[in-house]
Amino acid sequence: MLYALKIATRYLTASKAQTALLVLGVAVGVFIFIFMSALIGGLAEFILSRTVGDISHVTITAEDRDPAILISPEGHVLAVTERGRARTATLAEAATYLPLIEAVPGVVAVSPQITGAGFLTRGAQVAQVSVTGLQPGRESAILDLDGYMTQGSVRLGSGLIVLGETLADDLSLRLGQTLRLQSSTGVSAVLTLSGIYTTGNGMIDASSTYVSLSTARTLFALPQGVTRIEIKLDDLNVADATARRIRALTGLNAVPRTDGAEQLMEALNAQAQTGYFLKSFALITIVIGVASALLLSTYRRRPEIGIMRAMGARRGFVIFVFVTQGALIGLMGGVSGAALGYMALLPFPPRDAFEAGTLPMDITQGSYGLAITLTVIGAILASILPARAAARVDPVTAIGQ
Amino acid sequence: MTALLEVSDLVKTFGTGEAETRVLRGLSLTLKVGEMAALLGPSGSGKSTLLTILGTLMKPTAGSHVMLGVDLVAADDAALTTFRNLHIGFVFQFHNLLPDFTALENVVFPTAVRAGRETPAARARGRELLTRMGLETRVDFPSANLSGGQKQRVAVARPLMNRPDLVLADEPTGNLDRESALQVMDLIAEINRDEGTTFLISTHDEKIASLCRRQIVVKDGVITG
Repeated sequence: MLYALKIATRYLTASKAQTALLVLGVAVGVFIFIFMSALIGGLAEFILSRTVGDISHVTITAEDRDPAILISPEGHVLAVTERGRARTATLAEAATYLPLIEAVPGVVAVSPQITGAGFLTRGAQVAQVSVTGLQPGRESAILDLDGYMTQGSVRLGSGLIVLGETLADDLSLRLGQTLRLQSSTGVSAVLTLSGIYTTGNGMIDASSTYVSLSTARTLFALPQGVTRIEIKLDDLNVADATARRIRALTGLNAVPRTDGAEQLMEALNAQAQTGYFLKSFALITIVIGVASALLLSTYRRRPEIGIMRAMGARRGFVIFVFVTQGALIGLMGGVSGAALGYMALLPFPPRDAFEAGTLPMDITQGSYGLAITLTVIGAILASILPARAAARVDPVTAIGQ
Repeated sequence: MTALLEVSDLVKTFGTGEAETRVLRGLSLTLKVGEMAALLGPSGSGKSTLLTILGTLMKPTAGSHVMLGVDLVAADDAALTTFRNLHIGFVFQFHNLLPDFTALENVVFPTAVRAGRETPAARARGRELLTRMGLETRVDFPSANLSGGQKQRVAVARPLMNRPDLVLADEPTGNLDRESALQVMDLIAEINRDEGTTFLISTHDEKIASLCRRQIVVKDGVITG
């Protein structure tokens, strides 16, 4: 079929302007496909990073024990310990489970934490805050504190505290100043402000504080264990399965983030579906363009097809010539469109540096190979109808034209 | 001489009902190997239809068509295509070259389409034929850039590529001036003599017909002389 390839190539190069226009049309379709892939993928990435990117995808919490009840010998309930708001249950054996959880496929970060509430005092000013004790070295495992730091360092050491900019402003705090943190259990500690962050989330910036795990142990009187383990995955969509796996492995109460995040997942799915529709339309446009151009070429070359048939060209040969033309147009248009798409996406910031107000284009989600493959397949399919029409040309009628 | 082809009681009708036109009305003809025959007759007599059927581009409505012992009426499209490629060549009135190909590529086509590529042997044969046609300086010229006479000589060379047994020529000189027409006929006569190829040439031109050793006259769809 080398000879059919030669004829197909000759036909394409014989009408350079027409071929160039056709390839350009296909390239534009591929460009739209790639642009949409990068935009939809980038947008999903952006939304995920802004919604669930900084939170735990699977969380393990200790299950509270039932409140203690004092019962008289007659069976009357004399006293019941009221359940407090503060979480007091602990995961005493957390350290044992950490390597096991880290080894689960898809787990990218594990952060053992001690959480609780407290009051932050600076002079006469007092603010109610949430306190999270983080393991040094894992400060940015879940919330990208390091990326949000505006002043100082995220590195948490003994006696250090990091808090949000809104809270710092409310208490007129500056780096290096000391403040008093009193936990809900009544334990106080004098801490030095070592870092200030801005996440853009009002709640976190105004009321969350971070200390080292050892400081939190002192504040909440927990000599061992943690109150929760937060886990981040490389793919939120597998949170359910991963949580089940962790529960099976450890027997701990692992809860996926998708519990309660159904609406977000539905919205992302709807967005992805929209992307598929738009990309499908781009492909359909390519198929229609190639088919119509080749049909026109078939009509224009009817006498030549008739001569070829008269000279002994089989119908299969004629079909191959026109299908090869479609494949070549698809390949040239696909590669050109992919190159155009890649170049157009280059000026956009990488996925790690998406900013509000700009299009969150993710150059890595351009689906270049898929776009080229689908285009070539589409162009081949589009050329089958014209090719069959060409093969059906009656040599007697065609030569007489 | 042995018979190359034989058609008998050939009938060809076009259309149906009141619009039915019977072009061939029980035509019978035998061509022998190495013959050079002229096909004469007025317009509408059925000459072109007969050539088309003999060239396996069309099947008769009725009658038999046997060439080289093969029943061509019963053969399917693929078999006819292969048979046509190997045993039959065409020369058309309007050269009908492939415009995007060179003179050599046009000549080589019948061999290349069968082999799937242009072999060196085929290209050598193509060059030889073009040289024989006096076109050795036009071998790699795009066919669109050749003069009318040159194009027709390429068109005569093309069907000879596969050394066919029969060449059917439909008014091969009808579009040429007298001098060019005679040159083309000289070439055909030379090939007929040297290679023993059978030629059946449809023409209105008495002068051209007189250059052939046999004249076959068709009138109202039958052979009259």
